[in-house]
Amino acid sequence: MSNHEEHQGTRRDFIYYATAGAGAVVTGAAVWPLVNQMNPSADVRALASIRVDISAVEPGTQLTLLWQGKPVFVRARTQDEIDAARAVNLDDLVDRNAENANIGAEAEATDENRALSEDGVWLVQMGSCTHLGCIPLGEAGDFGGWYCPCHGSHYDTSGRIRKGPAPRNLPIPVAEFVDATTIKLG
Amino acid sequence: MSGIPHDHYEPKSGAEKWLHSRLPIVGLLYDTLMIPTPKNLNWMWIWGIVLTFTLVLQIATGVVLVMHYTPHVDMAFASIEHIMRDVNGGHMIRYFHMNGASLFFVAVYAHIFRGLYYGSYKAPREVTWIIGMLIYLLMMGTAFMGYVLPWGQMSFHGTAVITGLFGAIPFIGDAVQTWLLGANAVGQPALNRFFSLHYLLPFVIAGLVAVHIWAFHSTGNNNPTGVEVRRTSKEDAQKDTLPFWPYFVIKDLFALAVILVVFMAVVGFMPNYLGHPDNYIPANPLATPAHIVPEWYFLPFYAILRAFTADVWAVQFVQFITFGIVDAKFFGVLAMFGAIVAIALAPWLDTSSVRSGRYRPMFKMWFALLVVDFFVLMWVGAQATTFPYDWISLIAATYWFAYFFVILPLLGVIEKPLPQPATIEEDFNAHYGNPAE
Repeated sequence: MSNHEEHQGTRRDFIYYATAGAGAVVTGAAVWPLVNQMNPSADVRALASIRVDISAVEPGTQLTLLWQGKPVFVRARTQDEIDAARAVNLDDLVDRNAENANIGAEAEATDENRALSEDGVWLVQMGSCTHLGCIPLGEAGDFGGWYCPCHGSHYDTSGRIRKGPAPRNLPIPVAEFVDATTIKLG
Repeated sequence: MSGIPHDHYEPKSGAEKWLHSRLPIVGLLYDTLMIPTPKNLNWMWIWGIVLTFTLVLQIATGVVLVMHYTPHVDMAFASIEHIMRDVNGGHMIRYFHMNGASLFFVAVYAHIFRGLYYGSYKAPREVTWIIGMLIYLLMMGTAFMGYVLPWGQMSFHGTAVITGLFGAIPFIGDAVQTWLLGANAVGQPALNRFFSLHYLLPFVIAGLVAVHIWAFHSTGNNNPTGVEVRRTSKEDAQKDTLPFWPYFVIKDLFALAVILVVFMAVVGFMPNYLGHPDNYIPANPLATPAHIVPEWYFLPFYAILRAFTADVWAVQFVQFITFGIVDAKFFGVLAMFGAIVAIALAPWLDTSSVRSGRYRPMFKMWFALLVVDFFVLMWVGAQATTFPYDWISLIAATYWFAYFFVILPLLGVIEKPLPQPATIEEDFNAHYGNPAE
């Protein structure tokens, strides 16, 4: 450099650093929109809530519907399924959190904390496996609940993970009864 | 260019001199084509040409397929059927492209295992090796995104699974997955961007292939003895080598012709053998196919992903010491990517000073077991996750890591290698007789 005999900071050094700094900022400012454009667009982000008519769902059957691009299971459980779910000792669970968006984040994974209705008949949960997002099959697996065919996760009749690679119970979305036969999701 | 001493291009006519002084492109092509190549290369040194051919095949067929394809969730599947039924010769072009992906991976696995056996990854060829692994990663990304485009059942649910791998990253996983998909679930944004990237990445691969070739043209090819070409003089180098053109080009093209006979038979008579019938069902977000498996070339790593479940003590131990940050799901993802990173790290994990497996009696057996292990993983990756497959995949996955992180480092210390030939010429003459006699 032309200033190599002068070791203290010179105006030229200042210009180097200022140029490099400005270059870094401009590069970042140019790259960020290119990264951010891949995030969900405004129409995708627009939160949709939907109303679901459940009058045709008989006990022992399940309604699978698409909400925000993801499947939701709405199941009318039989008394046997409810009893099986309520007989489970919490110590046997992989995930002791209820994973229910309607109640506190610390709530325990009892069946009462997961069912939508007091009597335990209605269970509404996201239908994508917490492992890698496949859609579990109903009335299948070692615990009579759901079984994910992709990597072998078994869920019980309350949608709680019992065996296999999935880490969490099937999440319960924000949901409420609008009237006796209509559920509002979101 | 540095490297093995050899004759360089000399422009002779006036026109050649005129061009050479302005752009030495003919010289670059000449030196690349006439590169001195070890004359003892065996039939495992043909995969580079096969891979180059396949890349060109995939780009050529891909570009014309795009002329008829529509990247929209409502039209993608129909446009593929349009290619299959209506476009002139479209079904053959698509079958070439589909099976071309399989040929690509057959060749790349043969190429990688060739490198692992003959120590092609060792100094001074680490950069060639790392670039090769980058190409392999890009190939996997490109193949995966290409499989999404028909928007069949396997496309759709495969996308959910693969992007779910990124969702397993602690703390930022959900944000990363949403960013990749452009939504909370697989849909139009994902299809559109995968289409864009599927078109782009092959050209990135082509660029890296040029760098890959540049790198090993600087160091010279490895060869079955692992002994370096003599560089003391041009005359010595000529005793160990032959020019790439015509000797190796003709040999490679012959091998390519044989391989293409098999390839054409598959494309012509059993084009869907390596695929899954489920992908001929239009994508349905409400039902996952009963038996979801990736394409065969991903199965070994898919098996490793599934092998480490929460009841494996190593997983529980890692979960404990990381305060639960690394759970079974993230452990599986780390294991899968780690299995590939392990290959890339081979240059630094292998402590043996002997390059070629030919002179390493103990290494040979462990290497053979690794090849078997690879096929076992490929087989078990397509099985259910029940007993005994869970145990088989766990043992096979463990061996994969043991080979790279335990056996390779230890063998260099405890193994007594066999004597190596002093020169390539000596090895060549021992096999084929001395041409001077």
